[in-house]
Amino acid sequence: MDKPFAITLAPGSSLANKTGSWRTRRPVYVDRLPPCNAQCPAGEDIQGWLYHAEAGDYEAAWRHLTRDNPFPAVMGRVCYHGCEGACNRGRLDQPVGINAVERFLGDEAIRRGWRFAPPAAETGRHVLVVGAGPSGLSAAYHLRRLGHRVTVREAGPLAGGMMRFGIPQYRLPRDVLDAEVQRVLDLGVTLQLNSKVADLAQALAEGGHDAAFLAVGAHIARRAFIPAKDSARILDAVSVLRSMEGGEPPLLGRRVVVYGGGNTAIDVARTARRLGATEAVIVYRRTRDRMPAHDAEIEEALQEGVMVKWLSTIRQAGDAPGGTALTIEKMVLDAEGRPQPTGEFETLEADSLVLALGQDVDLSLLDGLDGLQCKDGVVQVDPATMMTGHPGVFAGGDMVPAERNVTVAVGHGKKAARHIDAWLRGQPPQPAAKHAAAGFERLNTWYYSDAPPTLRPQLDLARRTSSFDEVQGGLTEDNALFEARRCLSCGNCFECDNCYGVCPDNAVIKLGPGQRFEINYDYCKGCGLCAAECPCGAIDMVDETC
Amino acid sequence: MTQPLKFYQTGTFTVGNRLLAPELRSVQASAERSNALNSGHRACQGCGEALGARYVVDAAMRATRGQLIAANATGCLEVFSTPYPETSWQLPWIHSLFGNAAAVGTGIAAALKVQARKAGRAAPEVRVIAQGGDGGTTDIGFGCLSGMFERNDDVLYVCYDNEAYMNTGVQRSSATPPAARTATTMAVGEAPGAAFGQGKNLPLIAMAHEIPYVATATVADLRDLEAKVERAMALRGARYLHVLVPCPLGWGAASHDTIRLARLARETGLFPEFEAEHGQVTAVTRIRRRLPVEDYLRPQKRFAHLFGPDGDPDTLARIQARADRNIARFGLLEAPGS
Repeated sequence: MDKPFAITLAPGSSLANKTGSWRTRRPVYVDRLPPCNAQCPAGEDIQGWLYHAEAGDYEAAWRHLTRDNPFPAVMGRVCYHGCEGACNRGRLDQPVGINAVERFLGDEAIRRGWRFAPPAAETGRHVLVVGAGPSGLSAAYHLRRLGHRVTVREAGPLAGGMMRFGIPQYRLPRDVLDAEVQRVLDLGVTLQLNSKVADLAQALAEGGHDAAFLAVGAHIARRAFIPAKDSARILDAVSVLRSMEGGEPPLLGRRVVVYGGGNTAIDVARTARRLGATEAVIVYRRTRDRMPAHDAEIEEALQEGVMVKWLSTIRQAGDAPGGTALTIEKMVLDAEGRPQPTGEFETLEADSLVLALGQDVDLSLLDGLDGLQCKDGVVQVDPATMMTGHPGVFAGGDMVPAERNVTVAVGHGKKAARHIDAWLRGQPPQPAAKHAAAGFERLNTWYYSDAPPTLRPQLDLARRTSSFDEVQGGLTEDNALFEARRCLSCGNCFECDNCYGVCPDNAVIKLGPGQRFEINYDYCKGCGLCAAECPCGAIDMVDETC
Repeated sequence: MTQPLKFYQTGTFTVGNRLLAPELRSVQASAERSNALNSGHRACQGCGEALGARYVVDAAMRATRGQLIAANATGCLEVFSTPYPETSWQLPWIHSLFGNAAAVGTGIAAALKVQARKAGRAAPEVRVIAQGGDGGTTDIGFGCLSGMFERNDDVLYVCYDNEAYMNTGVQRSSATPPAARTATTMAVGEAPGAAFGQGKNLPLIAMAHEIPYVATATVADLRDLEAKVERAMALRGARYLHVLVPCPLGWGAASHDTIRLARLARETGLFPEFEAEHGQVTAVTRIRRRLPVEDYLRPQKRFAHLFGPDGDPDTLARIQARADRNIARFGLLEAPGS
């Protein structure tokens, strides 16, 4: 024994004392579903791609984004971004400008010429996609990436569907649309234009297809019965917007009345202003708060001088010197909020009347296909798989029961593609279990710096009514990065090192960049400081069981 | 846009961040930190003192490139870190008595000075810290500490203030705040809890010695704390750092609320964070989002008697007045540059 006087034990480290045995609750790292992702109709992992954008790695962000949606530049312009309405940051100051960053990534991808990775292996299966709109192209993209051969048949002369023939250029410049469509085709998708499928059963048999995805859209304008003199010039919104793409702009005159309250009505009125109409008046039978059109678009239309006659319907279209005299009846909302006639009339003179009363689907191609069920003018599908009643035939976009917009359509295409793939393999798809929601109450917002949002520049009002130039500008790299960094990363670790720092017991192991952290349960006493001080709520405390 | 990119990832609030340049990250964010107070120590769950001690000593270790010796007063920190024959300390560490940590630090510093002189160096390379709780500092060790200050010995003294004698069963110290319940100031009678108008403010007493550096900090603001340790280690002579470390046991608070309470102490104005050099305040850490003292007091059982069925608005108002006085005295709300 060579120890000093009165010393009987050799010095030891406290590491011998496994304080983990004190614990009654243990911290566990979790990933939760941020509200933006939960809300996205296209199923984008928004928090996931913002994570890369925050670091300035825009290509990684774009690749992450396009795992779910091949059209970020289109989305960044036309999506109604419900994600921003759901954003937890909105309860702190203002929501993150997700849509603006998405557009920046999309534009950056076009500018730098980023391409999609080709499929890893060919499956030898051949899928027919009917309709080259957002839903059909989205399905084609996802099917192709899964290795299937894809033929897209489009009745029209150009690809894009309603992205081209419904959304005006001032919202979606055509070079942007062309670039993103072409990138999908470059994956090896076969596109046949002017190739209407009149009989699906026959087309399937002749083409030797293993499955089909239908997304023909809703292109038939709904009419309303309005007694009219022959001289009255009455058009429908679908054909007005479509003819904007044909080189020969529609003749609307100086005084244009648009009948309807949806986004299409707004699009037509704003288009009319740009075509030189001095008066563009929307006639809508309810009030602004009940208008189905998105409020931001109503606001922009009003800024551009579009006028709206609320609580009004058109009863008849008669003759007037040099135009049409519309008889307008004032309406009043009843207790249930439905418009009721008042018997009060007035006359509105116009050079043309454009009906924007909704659109129907041409379902004639489905004749002779058994098992299909159509209801309310749309095809019924299993909402979980997008498959119709006919095995192997799937459908999406405007022709199935759902909200009608580009983002929903893209989401349908993605979902259908996954289920077509599963159906072709004969295996039920195994969707990853959805994470629990990352609610605002789980955040420790102390750690987030105060940061007001960045606004996108808008085109001068004068040019907005005289040209079809894009109204909404994009972000520069500086403010896109700023905006991306406003993301709170709700429910997903962003490696802020807080847990590693605040543990009084050194029981958090830092695994290095991108690897996140691990709890050392030998020493973790279960105090819960890491969970309490995690800014984004990515740590749960769970009871220990014997 | 020329707005600086300073957000949650790169801002000053979290411990570290993947987006920060390594040299801008905190010591605690580094996988190579010293872990001066290692795992296996026997502090309670959520111990603020264990956390504060690691924050301070790791930062001092980086500032001195590991050339550091610590003297420790008796108290929780000493007891939970060194039950014979184990130690959690990963630096040379000595414990002598309850009240003499400052004197032991002085002695080590003197020995190092002699060694340096014999080796022909102007100043010793190895630096010294002395540390203790509020009992060992403001009460029992006060004489030794004052002596260390007036001699301007080259020691950084760190007081981990949890506002009572927690190790022996939560008895009142001269750092216990008014109205707080302890084993010796029970929540009974006319004026329950610790009395108003007693106790001492050691940071201000240290300032009165006009020593080179005095600072206060909490475990809630790591970057602020590390900057103060770094500043202290860049100076020679007697320096004093007073760190507020919530005690879940003694304060009757949840173990996961340790940092939150420290943050609330600052945001309510009850614990002013400042730096002073040679007796003059040189900087204060401003309140980010001012809160009423009730937010800080309510989660602590030691103040539970203020929130009984009838409440105690008078006492709350007196505590709020203390916070307001701090805010006015140190300018805790003024915008920088004003």
